[in-house]
Amino acid sequence: MSLTLPESVDAVIELLAAENYVCDRQLATALFLSLKLRRPLFLEGAPGVGKTELAKTLARALNTQLLRVQCYEGLDVAQTAYEWNVARQMIEIRLAEAVHDTDREALTRNLYSRQMLIERPLLQALTQTRSPVLLIDELDRADEPFDAFLLEVLAENQLTIPEYGTVVAAEPPITLITSNRTREIHDALKRRCLYHWVGFPSVERELDIVRLKAPGASERLYRQVVEFVQRMRTLDLFKSPGVAETIDWTHALVALNTLQLDPASVQDTLGVLLKHQDDLVKMQNGDTAKLLDELRAKALL
Amino acid sequence: MIADNIVHFARVLRGAGLGLGPDRVLAALAAVELVGLQRRDDVHAALSAVMLERHEQQPLFDAAFDTFWRDPKLREQMMTLRLPKISGRGEEQGPPRANRLAEALSALKAPEPPNPAHPTAKEELQFDTHFSFSDRERLQKADFETMTTAEYELAKKLAEQMPLPVDPVRRRRHEPAASARDGGRLNLRATLQRMARQPHTLTPLYMRPREETPALVVLLDISGSMDRYSRLMLHYVHGLMRRALKVHTLTFGTRLTNITRCLKERDPDVALRLADEQVQDWKGGTRIASSLEEFNRLWARRLLGANAALLLVTDGLDRDEHGDLSAAAAQLHRLAHRVVWLNPLLRYEGFQAKASGVRALLPHVDRFLPVHNLASLADLGAALRSAPVAPQSLLH
Repeated sequence: MSLTLPESVDAVIELLAAENYVCDRQLATALFLSLKLRRPLFLEGAPGVGKTELAKTLARALNTQLLRVQCYEGLDVAQTAYEWNVARQMIEIRLAEAVHDTDREALTRNLYSRQMLIERPLLQALTQTRSPVLLIDELDRADEPFDAFLLEVLAENQLTIPEYGTVVAAEPPITLITSNRTREIHDALKRRCLYHWVGFPSVERELDIVRLKAPGASERLYRQVVEFVQRMRTLDLFKSPGVAETIDWTHALVALNTLQLDPASVQDTLGVLLKHQDDLVKMQNGDTAKLLDELRAKALL
Repeated sequence: MIADNIVHFARVLRGAGLGLGPDRVLAALAAVELVGLQRRDDVHAALSAVMLERHEQQPLFDAAFDTFWRDPKLREQMMTLRLPKISGRGEEQGPPRANRLAEALSALKAPEPPNPAHPTAKEELQFDTHFSFSDRERLQKADFETMTTAEYELAKKLAEQMPLPVDPVRRRRHEPAASARDGGRLNLRATLQRMARQPHTLTPLYMRPREETPALVVLLDISGSMDRYSRLMLHYVHGLMRRALKVHTLTFGTRLTNITRCLKERDPDVALRLADEQVQDWKGGTRIASSLEEFNRLWARRLLGANAALLLVTDGLDRDEHGDLSAAAAQLHRLAHRVVWLNPLLRYEGFQAKASGVRALLPHVDRFLPVHNLASLADLGAALRSAPVAPQSLLH
């Protein structure tokens, strides 16, 4: 049973919008091509701009399974692709011994059969009857040997298990890879993917996102929040707040029954937006007041 | 028609330095076919998804796209005018490899002994004027001398044998271990595979965490007071890179420049010439604090992942009124796995941390490498072999 994929860029935008994901046309085009050309989509960008969310939304919208590989250093085949069930293999040998089974051929075949394989996300992605969405999250956190291991899965949609053979996907997965760029991913891997840089959204788009994701505030507050955060991103901060932080901040302000931004409410909730102490100090030393003055000048306050 | 144009477009981008193989051109054709030609922004998005592999390439791509898909006749001019040349291979003009080449040629005629003359002799005369710092921005070139044969041989030997300034770190990957005694753990999978081959024996196999030299980031001070050592340190770093280590190199004086790509060139003379071309602030003033802040903000999270170590080469003489050196150094210390400070400006034994920059830096380094009288790569080798000094002991 295969998926019904959107037929145009506009259809992709609609599909995601139905699941409350606001997406610009450029990202939609990249995603559309990735679905059509059956190529993995490599998403790079600052944390909190909706890279992981895109994969989750896509799985929901296409009504299919989401398989996720969260990367970290030292990740290996046993944790991501497959593992032999060694304990069960041992028992199998012991049983063969107990009944004096001497057919070694059959025993070996049995030991390295499909039932002895523990499937991890990458192998699962190849064995589904319905194309899943495979999310390889924060690939930059894994070390380089893992990039090389992914090449076969990404390019050929297959996985070679030395003791068993090659598993080829009947229904190839829809693969999305995200990276925060804490290191450069090898060109060999990028070559096999489509590339898209997810930047910060424009004011209007961010307004749309916040309205959808953090309902309950007034239109006036939404605009203040978004303008404030957008202006913050132009400051020399160690870590600019992402869209995720804007949404969290709106939630926080709504929870505190804030009707409009003022120095006190901003000061109290700044920890939602900024997670670096240096940035907090910088904002507290006058930048908050300056930004609020700017908002007032724009007649937003 | 459209296929022709895409092929031409790809060629323009390739000329501008993007690595585009024929596979990408085919993918681009397929992509344009799928999104159609109704909307210009769709074509733009489709081509950039297929043809780009780094965010930095986007402005170049945009410029090329704008010009190319407006008037294809412009593309000839564009190739020469609008797009910056990134090629950097420099085949056109023969690189001046004067010293070694000249030596090699002269050796054919008369077997003169290679002259390990003091490459710093000239500089030493000017040393007193250079031994001063300022935060005035002065843009100038370094004009490194090319290496002599003796230097080249020594640099190669040192790079291969010199101990590294950083210790290996324990990784989460495993390697085979001889027995359980040296930290090994039973490797069930490998043991069972062995048993399948030799059914009547049970040989337990072990594995233990692998230890590896971490990636190294070198921050190199190239201001006036460090001028004598820049060439030497660049040769050392170049040697490290040739040793297949992951090394990233940034220089700072009044501004921060990443010269990693320049140093990837195999030939040390070419590498240094490329670095010289890229860096603007040789022998200028020093802004250590601002440079460290900038490094923390823009590069630290990209380069210092996976337990990378940082080698800071500076004399610690800072005249930066704008920055807080202590805070920047503390942040750097939190971001890097290890911070090693190599200070080449100690020409006497009884070093005392007097300068304010030195006092600000010392609490935030893990290892302090003072180098006495650094005049050659051999001195550097000796310094790296010597016992490290505990940074805290110098503060009192």
